[in-house]
Amino acid sequence: MILHTVNKSPHTSNCLQSCLRTLSDQDALLLIEDGVYAADNHYANQTEALGEEITLYVLKADVDARGLQNRLSSRFQVIDDAAFVDLCVQYPKTQSWY
Amino acid sequence: MSTTAKNILAVMRTGPYGNQTAKEALDAVLTAAAFELPLSLLFMDDGVFQLLPQQDTQGIGAKDLSATLPVLPMYDVERFYVEQSSLESRGINSAELILPVEVLDSEQVKVLFAESASILSF
Repeated sequence: MILHTVNKSPHTSNCLQSCLRTLSDQDALLLIEDGVYAADNHYANQTEALGEEITLYVLKADVDARGLQNRLSSRFQVIDDAAFVDLCVQYPKTQSWY
Repeated sequence: MSTTAKNILAVMRTGPYGNQTAKEALDAVLTAAAFELPLSLLFMDDGVFQLLPQQDTQGIGAKDLSATLPVLPMYDVERFYVEQSSLESRGINSAELILPVEVLDSEQVKVLFAESASILSF
């Protein structure tokens, strides 16, 4: 029950790779800032291999800012900042990968 | 791998001197230790570089973090873990490190995350 956040692009940083190594069932992964590039369909094979028990989120404001609205893997739920706050409350622990 | 219920896990993922993160992490750990909070340290990715011997920072005018890390056991901080794949991809043998560490594979890292009461991300 850990909320993991990644804020770096998978193309320039190993943050996402390190995170994927430690994700457990019932954890959640939220991509923010440049991390949202990993939600792109083109990169989805990395994240779509994750089991169904791991929920994947991406932050709307960062997606829109980067023009990724129509490029996202359907595996990711697009959430707004208010929902981000709810996630931080829902998950007792957060591990930030930056 | 004994971790108490309300154990704080500090995840150390940066090299010692490329930026201030490792120094800030050590300051946070020392402060928590001074308040006798139960701490575990997990070194992974470039964080394992913080544990290499023979660090001589005189030439870059930086505080030698490797002089402070071995002091932690005196503050009752004694649970040091390193991630196996981070060591392997950097050709580092855990025996050469400046702290006595327990090497964890990725499954054991997941257990450590799950068992810890809270996480400090560095």
